[in-house]
Amino acid sequence: MDTRILELLIDSFPKLLIPGLTMTIPLTVVSFCFAMVIAVVVAMVQFAHVRFLQQICRFYIWFVRGTPLLVQLFVVFYGLTDFNIILEPFVAAVIVFSLNEGAYAAEAIRGALESVPAGQMEAGYCVGMTYLQTMRRIVLPQALRTAFPSLMNSLISMLKDTSLASTITVAEMFMATQRIAGRTFEYMPLYLEVAFIYLLFSTIMTKLQRIGEKKLGAYQTKEVG
Amino acid sequence: MLEVHGIKKAFGSLEVLKGVDLEVHKGDVVAILGPSGSGKTTLLRCINFLEKADGGTMTFDGETYHFNRATKKQMNAMRRKTGFVFQSYNLFLNKTALQNVTEGLIVARKMPKPQAEEIGRKALERVGLSDRCGYYPHQLSGGQQQRVAIARAIATNPDIIFFDEPTSALDPELTGEVLSVMRQLANDGMTMLVVTHEMGFARNVSNQVVFMEGGVVVEAGPSKEFFQAPKQERTRAFLRMIEQHGIYN
Ligand SMILES: Nc1ncnc2c1ncn2[C@@H]1O[C@H](COP(=O)(O)OP(=O)(O)OP(=O)(O)O)[C@@H](O)[C@H]1O
Ligand SMILES: [Mg+2]
Repeated sequence: MDTRILELLIDSFPKLLIPGLTMTIPLTVVSFCFAMVIAVVVAMVQFAHVRFLQQICRFYIWFVRGTPLLVQLFVVFYGLTDFNIILEPFVAAVIVFSLNEGAYAAEAIRGALESVPAGQMEAGYCVGMTYLQTMRRIVLPQALRTAFPSLMNSLISMLKDTSLASTITVAEMFMATQRIAGRTFEYMPLYLEVAFIYLLFSTIMTKLQRIGEKKLGAYQTKEVG
Repeated sequence: MLEVHGIKKAFGSLEVLKGVDLEVHKGDVVAILGPSGSGKTTLLRCINFLEKADGGTMTFDGETYHFNRATKKQMNAMRRKTGFVFQSYNLFLNKTALQNVTEGLIVARKMPKPQAEEIGRKALERVGLSDRCGYYPHQLSGGQQQRVAIARAIATNPDIIFFDEPTSALDPELTGEVLSVMRQLANDGMTMLVVTHEMGFARNVSNQVVFMEGGVVVEAGPSKEFFQAPKQERTRAFLRMIEQHGIYN
């Protein structure tokens, strides 16, 4: 291989990895945590059929799932400036990714809540627990256990989707790549290099998913006779 | 101690309970018998507010409850003084045997964990499962699961325990271990209201029998009288059928 390209790859590797570790990963993790909070609340509202709030949740899911992520990023970052709302790129990205992932994860968690046998809630009532106590201690943990693989898949998708944040000037890994590529005109090696780093990150996450599933596997959420 | 008057329940146009009266005294073991679909499960579920009855009243522990307008608070108060054992066990699947038993103490009654665990271990010992404290439900046999469910029900020291066909999901070999735990409870003076298809239990353990059919009580009385000198023709026919088939369903 051309030694110049090899040198470029070696030289640029930390320049990509560092924004990856300081931007891409934090953006993913922070957004995912907010998304989980949103998702659990929205899923519970839907599951319990809380009037009025349920309408809002339905509208939210309908809107988020029906519009492109890229458009959402532009609306929040550029669009809101019309109302004199000027957000830090990172903040705008966290808002959009949280709301976006929250809508998808809410549906996954709601489905999982519905799959928990009704007898679990009834048994909670019968030992004197309230709806919320049983929800928190019994039903929700089982639902999250069931939804775990699909939530982890979304987390990995989100990691890759954060590359879109470059379009709203978040200095994450992909933006760093574009900068170097624009300067050196070595598109193929650099874009392959960043692809490789994304691959590395998602592989590690998949490993973590396996470990997590094993840990959670101490109990089964299916009824056994 | 528990008195139910005129309880009514319909699912859509299907009237399942057509005004049922029921009386349980302290220390009674009442067996509810009746053919499938007669409303036995529905009766227990309405009494414990798992199902909302359309009418009727109940007095329990000096409180009066109106089935169709009981508040959440009343429901919770009632359930705290009672235990419920389901046909399908309904153990908390994400909790170990011991945690299943202590959950109601720690979460609902705010009992300190060590104290709850001591009570929990004792309850599991009473049902012969001290060696299974750390097992999850899926690691237990059906009979063991049902005994954990009984331990869970007794741990909160209830005034009465409701049983809905506690052995009918079990293989015959496992039925015995659950029934003997229930017999032991009865001997210890626990008040129990038991829907069952086990004639041996109704005859030998329970002291009162309630025979239901089509959403009404056909006959109720002391179990000796019920089995030896039934008053209603319908009851006699029912008992003849059991004699021929051993059990019924
Ligand atoms: N949630 C429900 N919705 C509609 N109908 C119901 C519901 N629960 C029970 N029923 C109907 O009510 C009737 C009485 O049911 P219930 O379960 O109380 O009978 P049971 O006496 O317990 O019968 P079994 O001995 O088979 O358990 C049945 O016809 C049943 O189909
Ligand atoms: Mg039944």
